Amino acid sequence: MKAFPLTRLIDRAALLFLVLVGAFAIAIPVLNLLVPPSSALHVSTYLVALFGKYICYGILALSIDLIWGYAGILSLGHGAFFALGGYAMGMYLMRQIGTRGVYANPILPDFMVFLNWPELPLYWYGFQHFAYAALMIVLVPGALAFVFGWFAFRSRVTGVYLSIITQAMTYALMLGFFRNNFGFGGNNGLTDFKDILGFNVQAEGTRNALLIISCLALAIGFIICRAIVTSKFGKVLVAVRDAESRTRFLGYRVENYKLFVFTLSACMAGVAGALYVPQVGIINPSEFQPGNSIEAVIWVAVGGRGTLTGAVLGALVVNYAKTFFTSGALAPYWLFMLGALFVGTTLLLPRGIVGSIKHGLSLRADAKSAAAEDGQDAPVDAPQAAPHAAE
Amino acid sequence: MGPIYDRILAFVFVLGLLIAGTGLAHADPYTDALAGFTTDDFSDTVDAINAVAVSGNPLAAPLIEALQDQRLMFSAKDKKVFIKTKDDKLLDAATGKPAEGAAPDDIDNVRLNNRVRGVLDAAVGSLTLMSPDAGRRYDAAQAVFKSRDATALPALEKALAAESNARVKRAMGEARAAIMLNSADATEADKVAAIVTIGNRGDQDAQALLDSLPANSSADIRSAAAAASAKIQRSLAIWNTVQTAWYGLSLGSVLLLAAIGLAITFGVMGVINMAHGEMVMLGAYTTFVVQELIRTRNPALFDYSLAIALPLAFIVAGSVGILIERTVIRFLYGRPLETLLATWGLSLILQQAVRSAFGPTNKEVGNPSWMSGAFDLGGITVTYNRMWIIVFTLMVFVALLGMLRFTRLGLEMRAVTQNRRMAAAMGIRTSRIDALTFGLGSGIAGIAGVALSQIDNVSPNLGQGYIIDSFMVVVFGGVGNLWGTLVGAFTLGIANKFMEPFAGAVLGKIAILVFIILFIQKRPRGMFALKGRAIEA
Repeated sequence: MKAFPLTRLIDRAALLFLVLVGAFAIAIPVLNLLVPPSSALHVSTYLVALFGKYICYGILALSIDLIWGYAGILSLGHGAFFALGGYAMGMYLMRQIGTRGVYANPILPDFMVFLNWPELPLYWYGFQHFAYAALMIVLVPGALAFVFGWFAFRSRVTGVYLSIITQAMTYALMLGFFRNNFGFGGNNGLTDFKDILGFNVQAEGTRNALLIISCLALAIGFIICRAIVTSKFGKVLVAVRDAESRTRFLGYRVENYKLFVFTLSACMAGVAGALYVPQVGIINPSEFQPGNSIEAVIWVAVGGRGTLTGAVLGALVVNYAKTFFTSGALAPYWLFMLGALFVGTTLLLPRGIVGSIKHGLSLRADAKSAAAEDGQDAPVDAPQAAPHAAE
Repeated sequence: MGPIYDRILAFVFVLGLLIAGTGLAHADPYTDALAGFTTDDFSDTVDAINAVAVSGNPLAAPLIEALQDQRLMFSAKDKKVFIKTKDDKLLDAATGKPAEGAAPDDIDNVRLNNRVRGVLDAAVGSLTLMSPDAGRRYDAAQAVFKSRDATALPALEKALAAESNARVKRAMGEARAAIMLNSADATEADKVAAIVTIGNRGDQDAQALLDSLPANSSADIRSAAAAASAKIQRSLAIWNTVQTAWYGLSLGSVLLLAAIGLAITFGVMGVINMAHGEMVMLGAYTTFVVQELIRTRNPALFDYSLAIALPLAFIVAGSVGILIERTVIRFLYGRPLETLLATWGLSLILQQAVRSAFGPTNKEVGNPSWMSGAFDLGGITVTYNRMWIIVFTLMVFVALLGMLRFTRLGLEMRAVTQNRRMAAAMGIRTSRIDALTFGLGSGIAGIAGVALSQIDNVSPNLGQGYIIDSFMVVVFGGVGNLWGTLVGAFTLGIANKFMEPFAGAVLGKIAILVFIILFIQKRPRGMFALKGRAIEA
């Protein structure tokens, strides 16, 4: 474990990360609100919303890195938790529209009036209160993850089997949310938001505030993850990742460790989704697409799994590249790029950006202290001898 | 044109009918009926049509046909009726010979209205009841059953008496019962007998007929109808179940086809190939290209297009599979999660490559003639393309099983799967076997693409729709076990179709997914897990 010297909660890299996030949270609103539009340094409101979106993706990547990088759980359904948090926030925002909707119904959202629903379904009750919605943002993804994980980890579903059923889970949810009679707006989803906590969601001030809150959430999420992975609990998680059976034989209740970290991760993904929705202004069932969840996993892989900072970096880099490519003449080639990223990262850069840097640094430190070592360290995942199917 | 001549004609005709065994008694009414067409009165026309229809005269059929096409002419002055042929010649309706002399100057069409047309349709029905072709007689009996036209009864009785084909005879009996049921002058006993006959028929039409019984019928009739109705409902329920099971088999075969290649790459080799769906897509596009070439070069070969596409699809998808294995997957053995991500990336690249080459829209892939159409089997409808896909799937499955069991390559594949090091020590080139196995799995996916192009939209997203279902089938059935895949695919297909009626298509699918998720929790290695003491490292 030389690659991750996890002795203190905030090591140098973590401090650097927190400072950067803080600087970002201060600099962008300043450049947007205080620097005049004529200046070259001015940041447009469009970019503020875009950066806010990236930060939300960063939180999602963080939640995936916590379970994949440290507990070896590859979830291909984290987009579902993200979207559920988003829907909870969307429901609050829908209830805030009130009589300003197209049909001016004080209680029912437009799509329910359109579908001739006589009254609000029971599960929409209470979402006009922000506190209740905030609770649901954490509770709904958390509860789903808890139930799902309780079944999965107790019966020792691991590895790719778990990945595939998490993918099936988000796929099933997608099919459900596409239906009108589920009561979440069918394939149009929830949109046309007006206010959040009394502030106009479109206003510059609100957007900047949302960006700052997202950065804050990212920082808090990061510190929580650090606290977990640097604790004894975190050591056990790494042990589960590297040798699950052995950890179990040593007397640890592996499924409890996994369940806790999986549920926590889902809650974080829910918060990310909730912050995402007011900034992009829409939530619809396509967020549940299995492809989205897998894409989020590749952010983590690019940045470096098991590094936390790398996951966030990966989310920013890949999404910036996506915006850059899909908005220009290169749009048709974006999928080639993304595909190549998947293949290239797994083949050529298995540690990711941050992981490779850390590895390189630790190698240099080793070289200084003991001249004997050369660069032939075992990779992060020691390849096993054979593709094993007959187990 | 004297009456003597008609008598002779009639005699000859009757003789002919007697020889044919139809037992038709007399044929004079035909000539008499013709007069009805000359009065230019709808009621007379209707009577005349009915009389002609039961006359048994060989001229009746062309006459009715002419009337339907507005080619029946009459002259009120001469009291004569003419059939105008399609090439505008006049025939004397009484004799069927070309009309003598010039056409009368007051010649005019026999006019039709809706009532007459209705009667005409029934008349056509009763005429074809005597057709020499059993199939046409059967159709005619069915037509009478549906129309319940009492005027067809005499013709029906005659035909029934003469009928020798059991299937047609039953249909005629049912038609007769349908008429009896609605007729005012049938006796109570006749009606009860009719209800029993209809109850034995046991389909939706029979039920509709019983439902149309007047409410003031006697108690006997009502109880008979209730009994028959219950019988029909039972029969309908059985056929419904059979139909649903058939749809389920059909869906199951599609699932099996899509999953069977995966059962090799994932099940046997343990490689998670998320680009598997794209191999199916490549196969479908190969079919498209083959059909395009055939359309432009040699349309006569169109019916063979699928046979030509099959080996090509196998080669195309198989070589892409080998290429992927050699360039990417072999570096990732033992790291299943990384394999999953890398192959997902490959699937994106393949999709985008096809999208760039062929465009994002759906491509038209045609059905060869032997795959289009449908036939009725008992109470269900079977489409040819679904039937052939089931047959084809089973053939592929058997061929694959045989290959693994009886060929040298199959033996080596099993050896490498069971104990890689031992196999290598015995001189098997394991890396070559890996590449070939992966190529085989991919090639079979390509073949699946040929079949699926017949029932699905051929677009770059084709594979995406199958990948999750395929994994579900393989995992549900048990990894590393082809029989498990077979049972898994058909179980899921049939379960899905049986849930659809009361859960809806989407909810049914969700329920299946939830079921599998729960099932995997219970039996993490699938239905037919290989037994062993292996524990994951």
